[in-house]
Order: sequence, then C-alpha cells, then structure tokens
Amino acid sequence: MDFDAYILPLFGGVLIGLSASFLLLLKGRIFGVSGILAGVLIPKKSDTSWRVAALGGLVAAGALLLVFRPEALALADHGPAWRYIAAGLLVGFGTQLGSGCTSGHGVCGISRLSPRSIVATLTFIAAGMVTVALLRAGGFPL
Amino acid sequence: MSLVFAAFFSALLFGLGLGVAGMTQPAKIIGFLDITGDWDPSLVLVMLGAIAVHSVSYWLITKRESPILTAKFQIPTRRDIDPKLIVGSLLFGAGWGLGGFCPGPAIVASVSGGASVLVFLVSMCAGVYLHQVANKYIFSKGA
Repeated sequence: MDFDAYILPLFGGVLIGLSASFLLLLKGRIFGVSGILAGVLIPKKSDTSWRVAALGGLVAAGALLLVFRPEALALADHGPAWRYIAAGLLVGFGTQLGSGCTSGHGVCGISRLSPRSIVATLTFIAAGMVTVALLRAGGFPL
Repeated sequence: MSLVFAAFFSALLFGLGLGVAGMTQPAKIIGFLDITGDWDPSLVLVMLGAIAVHSVSYWLITKRESPILTAKFQIPTRRDIDPKLIVGSLLFGAGWGLGGFCPGPAIVASVSGGASVLVFLVSMCAGVYLHQVANKYIFSKGA
C-alpha cells in the first residue's frame, strides 16, 4: 500500500468526517465553510462568535501544519494574479449562490443524502473537471 | 464560551484533516480534476473517508432530541433543485478548477503567506460581498 497516496487521504477524510460530527453533536450545525465565512463577512444578529471561532480553528490548523507538516501547505504559484483573482471571485460568488461548497454540500450534505447537495457536488466537480480540461487544452500551466 | 470552544476545536480538527488529506495543496486538487491528463484519484478517498464517518454519525447524532450545547439542530431542509443551486455550483466548480482552492483549504493554507492563496482569499471574500449585493438588487426582484 502506498501510504501517501491511499492511507493519508483516507485518514484525512476520516478526520474531516469526525470534526463535522463534533460540530453537529455539540452545536447542532452543519460544518459548511462557505456559510460560516459568509456569516462572519456579513454578520447576523448574535450568531457570529462561533463562526469567528471556527475560522480561527482553521487558521490554527494551518499554523500547526506549517510547523509539523509544511509540505501540506505547498502552493503552486503558477500563472498570473488574474487567475487567482478570477478563481476567488468565482468561488466566493458561486458558493453563496449555490448555498455551499465542498464541506457543506460535498461532505455534510451527501452524508445525509440531501438531493440538493448530491446535485451540487456532481455539478461543481464536473465544472472543475471541464475547467481544468480547458486550461490543459489551452496550454495553460496546471 | 463552550460553544466557541466547540467550534474552534471542530474547525481545528477539520483543518488538520484537510492538510493531512492533501486538500490544501492546489496541485492535488487540480490533479483530481485533471481527467484528460494525469488523473490523481486520491481525493475520492478523502470524500469516501469523510462521508463514511459522517453518514453514520449523522444518523446516530440526529436520533437525539437536541445537540449537547444548544436547544435544537439547525439542518437545511430544502430539497428542491433550483437554478441558483446549479448556476452557483457551476461557477464554484470553475473557480475551484482555475485556482485549485475551495473555501476551507484556502483559509488553512493562507497561513503559509503565499501570494496566490492570499490573492485568492481576498477575492473570495469580495465574491461573497458581490453575491450579497447581487442578491439585494438583482436576484430578489420579482423572484
């Protein structure tokens, strides 16, 4: 068995599933990062503090990774800034319009067999695949 | 306070899971989406691991009357497939393929201080606000 290729992705997935379960068991909420982020950027009533704490937890995880597993944060700085600007705008706008991202739809939604989440996940994976195929066909660096 | 701690701890574990799984490396994401090239199927295992655990725990947890720290579960109930869901997911997927980041991994990876992820993160926040504006002035009219 190739540890890096099979065991780590599976183990990482198990951690993701467990952490979403903790939030559900304790707070009763879905672990959807795009929704949590939007709730901080556009605060509503008194429901902001746990979202800020969740974003803080993600940043803290990044800090731990940077110290103990820096290769996990290896970036691929290829291509001009416009590529990351366009990507960010599409992801920010698209996840709000589509009510979720990889965590909320892909993990939590599919786990509870939500038809919306199943359709959303198949759609964004397909769109991502078409986009990468177009980049490849157009000769852009991947 | 305990709610804040619960959210922080869950997200910490979630972020570590993303890192261990390889989701915070754009090259792995693009490799997974690159079906016409050198396809990297490892993210299928991430999804399988996460869904296998969460589908069982979801079923067990929602048998409870309420969560431990709050009065009730707040779980999305809509089941309709509307155009916003499809168009939004198409746009998100295009951005995911273009940059190799989805929201969670981008926040985790921003700690590296790399220019690409920081530009992505700021643009993603701008995209959230753009949607807020569009929702207020365009989508809500007559809908």
